[in-house]
Amino acid sequence: MLTYKRVRVRPTSTMKMSRWIMPLSGAGLLMLPAAAMAEGMPQLDFSTPLTLSQVVWGAIIFGVLYIMLSRTGLPLVASVLEERATKISRDLDEARAAKASADAGMAEADQATAKARADSQAAINAALNDAKSAAAAQAETLNARLEKQLQDAEAQITRARASAMSAIRQVATETAATVVTRLTGTAPDAGRLDGAIGSALAARGIG
Amino acid sequence: MAAEGSNSIDALGQFQLHSALGAVGGSVNFTQSNLMMVAAGLGVMALLWMGMKPRAMVPGRLQAAAEMGYETIMGMCTETIGGPQSRKFFPFVFTLFFFILFGNLLGVFPLFFTFTSHVMVTLALSLTVFVLVTIVGIKEHGLHWFTYFVPQGIPKALAPLMVTIELISYLSRIISLSVRLFANMMAGHVMLEVFGSFIVMLGGLGLLGYFPAALSLGVNTMLIGFELLVATLQAYVFAILTCIYLHDAVHLH
Repeated sequence: MLTYKRVRVRPTSTMKMSRWIMPLSGAGLLMLPAAAMAEGMPQLDFSTPLTLSQVVWGAIIFGVLYIMLSRTGLPLVASVLEERATKISRDLDEARAAKASADAGMAEADQATAKARADSQAAINAALNDAKSAAAAQAETLNARLEKQLQDAEAQITRARASAMSAIRQVATETAATVVTRLTGTAPDAGRLDGAIGSALAARGIG
Repeated sequence: MAAEGSNSIDALGQFQLHSALGAVGGSVNFTQSNLMMVAAGLGVMALLWMGMKPRAMVPGRLQAAAEMGYETIMGMCTETIGGPQSRKFFPFVFTLFFFILFGNLLGVFPLFFTFTSHVMVTLALSLTVFVLVTIVGIKEHGLHWFTYFVPQGIPKALAPLMVTIELISYLSRIISLSVRLFANMMAGHVMLEVFGSFIVMLGGLGLLGYFPAALSLGVNTMLIGFELLVATLQAYVFAILTCIYLHDAVHLH
C-alpha cells in the first residue's frame, strides 16, 4: 500500500521575496498608464518622420535579408544537410552491399562444404566398392584354387586307393599261398585260392 | 533610459526613435531601430555563415544551432502548411522567424533598442504576411478562394452575418498578429524600465531604500529571464501563425 507522507513546505527566500514582487509590480503598472498619458506612446508619434521612415528602412532590410537568406544562407545549410544525408545513405548502401556479399560468400562456403562432403562420401563409397569387389575376386580365385587343389587331392586319393586296392588281391593271394604252403606243406591250387580270395574280398566290399 | 527626475519614471522614453549613423543616417531618416534590424540580419547571416563554415559531418555547437534552426522552421513549414508548396514558403518563414527572434533577443541587452516594440514595424510585418496569404490564396484557388468566408452548412439566412464575421476575423489577423508581438515586447521593456528606475530611486533614498532596491534588482533579474522566454515565444508564435494562415490559403481549411 502506498503511504503518503505529508511534506511540510518551508517558505524559501524566493517565496518570501515573491510577496514583495506583487505590490511592487502593481505600483509599477499603476504608474505606467500615467506616464503613457503624459507623454504619449513614441510608437504612435507621427509628428516625427522617423516613425514611418523606420518602416521603409525596415522593409528594405527585411527584403535584403530575405534575398540573402534564400540565395546564400539557406542553400548553404541545405547543401550540408543534403551532403550528410547522401553520405549516410551511401554508407548504408555500402553496408547493405557488404552484408549481401558476405551472405553470398557464406552461402558459397556452405555450398562448397556440402559439395566437398558429397564428393568425399562418393570417394569413400567408390573405394569401399572397389575394395569389396577386389576382395570378392580374390576370394573367388582363392576358392577356385582351393577347389582345384581339393579335386586334385581327391583324385590322388582315389588313385592311391585304387592302386592300393589292386595291390591288396596280390598281397592277399601271396600271403594266403605262403600261409597254406607253411601249414600244409603243399602249394594250394591257384584256381581255388584265387576264388576264395575273390569271394573274401567281395564279402568285405573291396575290389 | 533612467529616471529623469527623482519621482517620475520615464518608461516610454526608451521607445523614442532618433536617427542613427550620424549625419548620413540623419539625412535619410535612418533610425537606431533600423540599425538594430541590420544587426539582427547580420546576426542571422553570421549564425548561418559561421555555423555552416566547417561543413562538418558531425556538427559542432554553432553548426548544430544553425542546423537546428533550419530544421525547426523546415519542420514547421512542412507540418503546418503541408502540401508540396510548403517548401516554397520556407525562406520567408525562416526570415520572418529569425528576424523577429534576433530583434527580440538583441532588445533584451541593455541600451539596445527593440524594433519589435514598435507597432508600425510589427504592423508592417503582419501586413506583409496578410498580403502574402491573400495573394497565395487567390493565386491558388482563383475566385473559389472567396468561399473561404462562407462556412459550410449554414442556413442561407445567416450567410450575410457569417460572411461579415468571417471577413472581420480574417482582417483582424493583421491587428492581432502585430499587436500581440508589439504589446508583449513593449510591456516587458516597460516593466524592466520601471523596476530599473525603482533600483535607482530607492537606492537613492539611503539605508532605508537599499532593501527594496535590492528586491527590484532581483525582480529585474527574473524579468530578464522571462523576457528571453517571451522573445523566443513571440517569434515562434508569429512564425507558426504565419504558417497556419498559409495553410488556410493553400488548402482553404
